[in-house]
Amino acid sequence: MPTRDANDALILRERLDVLWRAESRRVLATLIRLLGDFDLAEEALAAAFVTALETWPDTGEPAHPRAWLVSTGRHKALDLLRTRTRLDASLGRLVERLDRAGEPREFDEIEDDRLCLVFACCHPVLAREAQVALTLREVCGLTTEEIARALLCGAPTIAQRIVRAKARLREERVTYQVPSRAELPARLDAVLSVIYLVFNEGYLASSGPDLVRVDLSSEAIRLARVVVELCPEPEAEGLLALLLLHDARRASRSGSDGELVLIEDQDRGSWNRAQIAEGGQRVARAISSRRFGAYTLQAAIAAVHAEAPDAAATDWEEIVALYDLLLVAAPSPVVELNRAMAVAEHEGLERGLAIVENLLARGELANYHLAHAARADLCRRLGRRADARASYVRALELARGEPERRLLQRRMSELD
Amino acid sequence: MKYLCLAYGDQKKMEKLTKEQFAELFARCQAFDAEMRATGQYLQGESLEWDCVTLRPNGAKPIVSDGPFVETKEKVGGLVVIEARDLNDAIRVASLHPAARVGAELGWAIEIRPIGTCHQ
Repeated sequence: MPTRDANDALILRERLDVLWRAESRRVLATLIRLLGDFDLAEEALAAAFVTALETWPDTGEPAHPRAWLVSTGRHKALDLLRTRTRLDASLGRLVERLDRAGEPREFDEIEDDRLCLVFACCHPVLAREAQVALTLREVCGLTTEEIARALLCGAPTIAQRIVRAKARLREERVTYQVPSRAELPARLDAVLSVIYLVFNEGYLASSGPDLVRVDLSSEAIRLARVVVELCPEPEAEGLLALLLLHDARRASRSGSDGELVLIEDQDRGSWNRAQIAEGGQRVARAISSRRFGAYTLQAAIAAVHAEAPDAAATDWEEIVALYDLLLVAAPSPVVELNRAMAVAEHEGLERGLAIVENLLARGELANYHLAHAARADLCRRLGRRADARASYVRALELARGEPERRLLQRRMSELD
Repeated sequence: MKYLCLAYGDQKKMEKLTKEQFAELFARCQAFDAEMRATGQYLQGESLEWDCVTLRPNGAKPIVSDGPFVETKEKVGGLVVIEARDLNDAIRVASLHPAARVGAELGWAIEIRPIGTCHQ
């Protein structure tokens, strides 16, 4: 029979796990501000949790655990620095400065601290893959091993990427602060790109066989919520809306056999209506700001799809108009292709096909399987079976994803 | 999660140290060692003798040979087990180990291995 003490220790460990998940990112962010050093803040954070494990059985859990963790972490960091001063005298001045700064002020700055951490992890001195790994660990609180599984990498690769990213932030003397108004658009853009990449990583993986992968899509949505809450810029809200609207349809995106199901064939009853409603509201708010960009426009398109009671009732005129705006905000041949498919629904298959063929002739999309798949589908619906078959064959040569390939094969077999 | 840290060193170079040199090295290690233990994440640590024997399967009775399984200049001279949240946390704690801070001229290095995932 476990002793009462052993049982209490187990309960405390579980409680500290919960606290770690709920508070450790905020505490870390504040410690970085107070100590001015990422590594020292991590050491202080770990020491604070170890101290909690050692002392709370006697003292009980403090009334404000987050404040206690910050204060304890800061003291632990000072102790550490004092010990190290014996090895490295140059640290003495740092200890003095930190000591003089005294106890941290009230904790109303904590939310700002978190935002500073997001901006630092997505700092432009870092490569995108380093930004992603660092953000997932330091802001989302995932473990190195979880990130490695989610990104299909080895843990040592991710660990090294994180170590190097931190070293780079240190070398470049990146400061932990919210960017100035002038810098904000570019810096926010990097943050939003990281969130979008994390979401897509999870979204695409959801059809894969690996069920142990962390749900990166949910992490991305959580992260987008933090950013919107702390930095309510229209494009941040637009991105959150886009993620909510895509995620709302996640369950219906693949059939029971893992096959890809296109939007017109999806079971709209399985869509997450609450998420669609929230996405729609957020898009409307971002649009009304008149300072929106590509994420908001993509979200607006997703909202039109999501709000149609059935595929036939989709407001294609609205979608074409939104694609016209998107082509101005973020011109790309892929956007042109998507617009062409909307034109096909709104103005007729021939009109859409003409744009697709023109795009293919321009060459930029010649090796993009979805461009060939688009032509194939339009030709099939127009009864041009030989043209359709040729394009399905080409699309199959280029497509990599297994679910996509199966869908293409099925469509091609329907020609016979 | 638990991680095993294997501390490596060059046996020949270490055996050449004089008593005084060794005492000085030991003193330098102690500060790091103390700091590593103070993290509260240090579970166990041992130093190892150099001499060893290796057994290989051979029917009912294994073949016994003297010396290590892999013949290299650097050998495992110590091990530490730590508790860490993830691999980066283990790197942070293991960075306090003397073999990660001093002794580069003696071939010191530290290898971190996660404990507990079963080989399938």
